[in-house]
Amino acid sequence: MSPKAMVLRGGRVVDPTQGLDGVLDVLLADGQVAGVGKGLEVPEDAVVMECAGMVVTPGLIDPHVHLREPGQEHKETILTGARAAAAGGFTAVVAMPNTDPVIDSPALVGFVLAAGRRAGGARVYPTGAISLGLKGGRLAPVGEMVEAGAVAITDDGHPVMDSGLMRMALEYARGFDIPVADHPEDLGLAKGGQMNEGLVSTRLGLRGKPNASEDGHIVRDLLVAEFTHGHIHLQHVSTAFGVEMIRQAKARGVNVTAEASPHHLILTDEAVEGYRTEAKMNPPLRTAVDRDAVVAGMLDGTLDIIATDHAPHHYDEKEAAFDDAPNGIVGLETSVGLILTHFVRTGKLDLPTMVDRMSCQPARAFRLPGGTLEPGSPADVTVLDPERAWTVDRNAFVSMSSNTPFHGWELKGRAVRTIVGGEVVFDLDR
Amino acid sequence: METEHLTPIMDETAVQRALARMAREIVERHGGTEGLVLMGIRRRGDHLAELIRREIMAAEGTDVPTGALDITLYRDDLHTVGPMPVVGETQLPPGGIQGATVVLVDDVLYTGRTVRAALNELMDYGRPARVLLCVLADREGREVPIQADVVGRHIEWVGDQVVEVRVPELDGRLAVELVTPTEENA
Amino acid sequence: MTPSTTHLGKDLVGLEPLSGDQIRSILDTAEPFKEISERAIKKVPVLRGKTIVNLFFEPSTRTRVSFEFAEKRLSADTVNISSSGSSVVKGETLVDTARNLEAMKIDMVVMRHGSSGAAKFLAERIPSNVINAGDGRHEHPTQGLLDMLTIRDHRGRIDGLKVCIVGDVLHSRVARSNIYGLLKLGAEVAVCGPRTLLPVGIEELGVHVFRRVEEAIEWADVLNILRLQLERMEGGYVPSLREYNRVFGVSRARLAAASREILILHPGPMNRGVEIDSDVADGPHSVILNQVTNGVAVRMAVLYLLAGGRPESAEAAKTGGEA
Repeated sequence: MSPKAMVLRGGRVVDPTQGLDGVLDVLLADGQVAGVGKGLEVPEDAVVMECAGMVVTPGLIDPHVHLREPGQEHKETILTGARAAAAGGFTAVVAMPNTDPVIDSPALVGFVLAAGRRAGGARVYPTGAISLGLKGGRLAPVGEMVEAGAVAITDDGHPVMDSGLMRMALEYARGFDIPVADHPEDLGLAKGGQMNEGLVSTRLGLRGKPNASEDGHIVRDLLVAEFTHGHIHLQHVSTAFGVEMIRQAKARGVNVTAEASPHHLILTDEAVEGYRTEAKMNPPLRTAVDRDAVVAGMLDGTLDIIATDHAPHHYDEKEAAFDDAPNGIVGLETSVGLILTHFVRTGKLDLPTMVDRMSCQPARAFRLPGGTLEPGSPADVTVLDPERAWTVDRNAFVSMSSNTPFHGWELKGRAVRTIVGGEVVFDLDR
Repeated sequence: METEHLTPIMDETAVQRALARMAREIVERHGGTEGLVLMGIRRRGDHLAELIRREIMAAEGTDVPTGALDITLYRDDLHTVGPMPVVGETQLPPGGIQGATVVLVDDVLYTGRTVRAALNELMDYGRPARVLLCVLADREGREVPIQADVVGRHIEWVGDQVVEVRVPELDGRLAVELVTPTEENA
Repeated sequence: MTPSTTHLGKDLVGLEPLSGDQIRSILDTAEPFKEISERAIKKVPVLRGKTIVNLFFEPSTRTRVSFEFAEKRLSADTVNISSSGSSVVKGETLVDTARNLEAMKIDMVVMRHGSSGAAKFLAERIPSNVINAGDGRHEHPTQGLLDMLTIRDHRGRIDGLKVCIVGDVLHSRVARSNIYGLLKLGAEVAVCGPRTLLPVGIEELGVHVFRRVEEAIEWADVLNILRLQLERMEGGYVPSLREYNRVFGVSRARLAAASREILILHPGPMNRGVEIDSDVADGPHSVILNQVTNGVAVRMAVLYLLAGGRPESAEAAKTGGEA
């Protein structure tokens, strides 16, 4: 049963794939975009959504989330994660495979896909592991997993330390036209690290992870991608040198895409002061020099994609001594507000580029339908209210977890409606 | 301090006279100076103990071992005084107090709690044969059953006024004065 | 010095947040407490009726014993809870341990924990006073204080002295507390050790770095020699104990080259023949046992000052029927 036709009327439509940026109507019908323009012919029974003053964009896509199911349903489930994504303005997310059990077989890929379809939130695209059990040994059944619906392979959280395995993964994945996503971290250099290695870690007496632990691994991945011609997708880049290496690799024509996460775009390791476990993540928050380089990389497109690395943890897991607390923060429900407030409102980032980084590029990198409002594409649309002032309240999240360093932040701008396949899956005002 | 209303009770001559008499009384009660030890309670009792020691020296020609007690750690009101008071040092005379007749010297006997604390502390240093209490000013207001053996001056009912003993080392003069309390020293 | 500038507050988590005046006030308060330990009856009633828990998540004999002496000499009731190795008592989280203790109505917790920041974590979650007896690589404030008291005893001052901390600064909470405290009291501070055992950015804390122990000895008035944990060998930080002793060990021959008398401190327990040679440890300028003695006095001072820092809990104690 297809939903009724819907017209989003009078919003500022921003779609870089068609070079659109103006006050237009968007018509959705039969689960697809039926047209964008002025004075569209609208079916009589179409639902009319007034969007004056709003920004209408292709549905936003977060290609890096941890939904914790199966295995850690006390932190998040596919259902709550997909709905938290919708509440944050995302119409699709790419789920990481480091669950328990690890998503390393077609059956488990199918499980995630099916649970995602039932969730009634954002679309959930599964990924499969690179190696069986994320152990860094034998390749998982990549072809079967792709057939079952996996959109990429990754051992996220467990960097691929064996360069030979990375070579195999990149070469093998080429045959299926999917990216290999890697969490770049040299485990030897990062051993025992709890935060960025620097003055703050020295003062606090916490073990540090030097920038080089990420830099070296990024360089390794780029070199292997270059000679294999595989598509390497570098996750949550946090170092200045790493950004520069990616920039140079792109100039050489290496098939690389890369992410910047909102926290690495905004915070530095000083957020850890006072042993704040909600600022503990991997890669760690780094210095202002690195933060500024990540921002520059995101702005110039070296880092194609803004991805949250949404990593829910139960409140009592973060309620621990810093060494004992797990890495990661939730991001789905704060990302749009943070980017609108700290980059668009400040004039550093224009709306078309924001839409590019949060919708078009993720769709392109992971070969997902969407990321555009071209007629015939899925009716996945995000409606943003750039003037909506709100305060981040971790207790009000749709996500089951509340581990965020942004609690209490005053933001301006957020997603007010999220439409997936022509159906409204989130409406802030209803 | 300087702006307070003061009523002199004893001037320097009166205090000197009283101390000389108290010295004689101490020697008389003990029956000489052998085995006698003076322990002044900080701060001011120790200065008075020194003055009494000189009086005994002048009168008897013998030096009486003299020490000082800091009772801060034996107070029973520490948890009500806010930030902790500064702890001073207790100095025992070289021969200690074991088996001696210890004369506790204090400036003013009021609630008796200071003396209670001093007695407890004294007992932690040893077992004196006898303890005498000697105060320059004795006023009403006892909260524990303690009385002085040797007294410089009994002071009649003074209400909520404060009896202050002044010693040259700390106050620049030797006197006993009645002070109307202000917020600072109420 | 008014009480407000020297008042310590509820907890002693580290020396970094304290002012020079606060540190001086602790050292000054420790002076009269030294005498109590010399008495025949080594006990004063000042903390009578207070309950103190010594919560040691890492094995430690001397710090725990020193605290226990300090507590008992102030007449507090003490309970020791020890759990070696693990950061958790029988699978219980730190916050649960804290809440359970609190439910038993205690007044103070002295905690040693393997994770940096654990003392602050506990202090923020329970109303009792918390004293950090060492948290991970972060701080060991009473050790820093007793080191400073010992230096002051022997040199009459701290201001203007040159103190070099020798050894494994990277893993050392003693080093951090010394650096913060000594700088606040006006000393010049340096560190010296294998570069693998010096944390990055250490210079930015305001300390000099010497590569060679000979240079440190030439410069310093005081050497505070850190224990080399034997597991550093397994961690690959230094090739061998023998090499460490050859290159960084403080020996009589090396000290003989110095142009002045150097005071020797060591927080213990010592590895004789590794970071320090026996004839230095037992030599005329070693004040290592004075440190141990001062440890009790400093801890008494800290307990005393913190016990008075909470008028609100004092009220509760009074109505609870305290004598």
